[in-house]
Amino acid sequence: MEIVYVYLKKRSEFGKQCNFSDRPADLNIDILPNPELAAQFVERNPVDTGTQCSVSMSEHEANTERFEMESRGVNHVEGGWPKDVNPLELEQTIRFRKKVEKDENYINAIMQLGLIMEHCIKQNNAIDIYQEYFDDEEEVEVTEEASSAKTINVFRDPQEIRRTATHLSWHPDGNRKLAVAYSCLDFQRAPVGMSHESYIWDLENPNRPEMALKPSSPLVTLEYNPKDSHVILGGCYNGQIACWDTRKGSLVAELSTIEFSHRDPVYGSIWLQSKTGTECFSASTDGQVMWWDIRKISEPTEVVILDITKKEQLESALGAISLEFEPTLPTKFMVGTEQGIVISCNRKAKTAAEKIVCTFSGHHGPIYALQRNPFYPKNFLTVGDWTARIWSEDSRESSIMWTKYHMAYLTDGAWSPVRPAVFFTTKMDGTLDIWDFVFKQSDPALSLKVCDEALFCLRVQDNGCLIACGSQNGTTTLLEVSSGLSTLQRNERNIASSMFERETRREKILEARQKEMRLKEKGKAEGKDDDQRDEELATNLEEMVAQAEKEFFDIVFTELKKKEVEAMAKKTKPQKKASLEMDEEVEGDYTGEEEEVSDEKSV
Amino acid sequence: MTEVEETLKRIQSHKGVIGTMVVNAEGIPIRTTLDNSTTVQYAGLLHQLTIKAKSTIRDIDPQNDLTFLRIRSKKHEIMVAPDKEYLLIVIQNPCE
Repeated sequence: MEIVYVYLKKRSEFGKQCNFSDRPADLNIDILPNPELAAQFVERNPVDTGTQCSVSMSEHEANTERFEMESRGVNHVEGGWPKDVNPLELEQTIRFRKKVEKDENYINAIMQLGLIMEHCIKQNNAIDIYQEYFDDEEEVEVTEEASSAKTINVFRDPQEIRRTATHLSWHPDGNRKLAVAYSCLDFQRAPVGMSHESYIWDLENPNRPEMALKPSSPLVTLEYNPKDSHVILGGCYNGQIACWDTRKGSLVAELSTIEFSHRDPVYGSIWLQSKTGTECFSASTDGQVMWWDIRKISEPTEVVILDITKKEQLESALGAISLEFEPTLPTKFMVGTEQGIVISCNRKAKTAAEKIVCTFSGHHGPIYALQRNPFYPKNFLTVGDWTARIWSEDSRESSIMWTKYHMAYLTDGAWSPVRPAVFFTTKMDGTLDIWDFVFKQSDPALSLKVCDEALFCLRVQDNGCLIACGSQNGTTTLLEVSSGLSTLQRNERNIASSMFERETRREKILEARQKEMRLKEKGKAEGKDDDQRDEELATNLEEMVAQAEKEFFDIVFTELKKKEVEAMAKKTKPQKKASLEMDEEVEGDYTGEEEEVSDEKSV
Repeated sequence: MTEVEETLKRIQSHKGVIGTMVVNAEGIPIRTTLDNSTTVQYAGLLHQLTIKAKSTIRDIDPQNDLTFLRIRSKKHEIMVAPDKEYLLIVIQNPCE
């Protein structure tokens, strides 16, 4: 029996859009059960089915409440002595001991135990029973465990009025402490009563910060001195540079005078490599980069104005938002600006104008992070607007590699110190992305949602395993990355360097091609005079359009009037026909006019 | 009694042995070669640990019993031989 549904559609309606509407259910076919067919079936007996008899179990996950831990010690005091023996009385204790030693049980027990013990002692002396036999062999390549990262610890801002964690710095020795700078970066919207303190956290104790740093104005950046781990440099919201010695306490040890400091918050501050270990430099959105010696911090030793037109005008200077310095290239440094341009500078240039070597532009917004690749310093990573880009110093027109445009702003980025092809980025929607471009180029290798609010800063520990990221409400999260992402893969350095070279070459070829094309166009332009005419026509385009519209409507209205006049004239003749015609004309006015107009034009 | 002395002396004289002590069921050190405060600490802590270890073995299998406990740490190895009433504790520095 065929089940068929028939419907009709007019030819003129083919291709028409679907207009769906609701209608009640329509019963098309109803096949009733036929009990006579049951006779054709044979009953099956027995029927085999499988069942399972086991304990039903369910899996549940529960997240415990955060519990507060405290370290406590126990003082052991002698005890257990029977009541009649006073532990302090030497005689009594000796007497007690002698008594025990005479006991039959004691002797037997000791003999027995002595035997077993000797066996183990000799065993220990003979051979190291815990020796690793296969240590020397190369570790077999661990088959791809999925890369993962997990949160180890969370450090929350103990203050009631939450501030953003704007900068993190790891302690240089042993990386067991983390210094976090807290401030509110909303322009002039810092809540009243917000504390200015920044904290140093000990990784073992997430409940309370180990030490507080008390500046006069909230700190925007914070850096440990890599040579002297007790000294911390801080850049304040009001433009001053402050210096602490953790041995001396929480108050500022040195502070720069406000007249000679920056005029805007200090967004970047880095220690320099110097014999004394006391030199540093800082950059701010007021367009200046200043060098300081903390022994005499009242005045900067040097000031450079970031004016890319090389005229040293503060008004046309670009505001700096990130600073980069690599100790292996001590004479060069780079500044990322609010305008999306990276300026590469030479510290040792004689004239201030020569300090600015070249610029790289490519971002649409402020460049929040700037870092050279620790393995290949010629390539550097910039993070700004919605993308992260990798540049090569040789290619100045554009970046050599870039990520796709994300849905949220990227706020910070860093290379992994152990793997040349891995870098991390944080976004405004609270996700941390780990990119591994020998594994996948179009997407991050791992993308983690760390918290619900925006993540502002990121710092990788020197071993490449631990990452700390700070969020908008002051929560710093410590994550551990799986070993796949933090151990150098074999051949990775070669692959990464060949990728960089390949992309640089590609960009160079494109650059060269573009230059060629531009030269050609210039050549053409110089030959023709029409250029000017073209320009004039372009500006008049709008007027022409308005003109054309006016003409069109004029024609339409004149036709309409003509038709009316004709209709009136025809009224004297058979009225029906006239009325019909009029109706037709009235209805078909719009279309009729167009046809008339087109007829006219074709004529 | 001299056998006991001999045994303990022999144990103490083995290569790498740092200290030996005998502790009774209440945690009182009967005999020791280390100073008092250390002995008291070891006695108290290891006594509790041995009881816990013993009860663990027994919980899993009531037929079973703890015969020896060895704790290897970075610096040395602590060996505990338990008995019904006494504990023999030896701290050795395994030579590797």
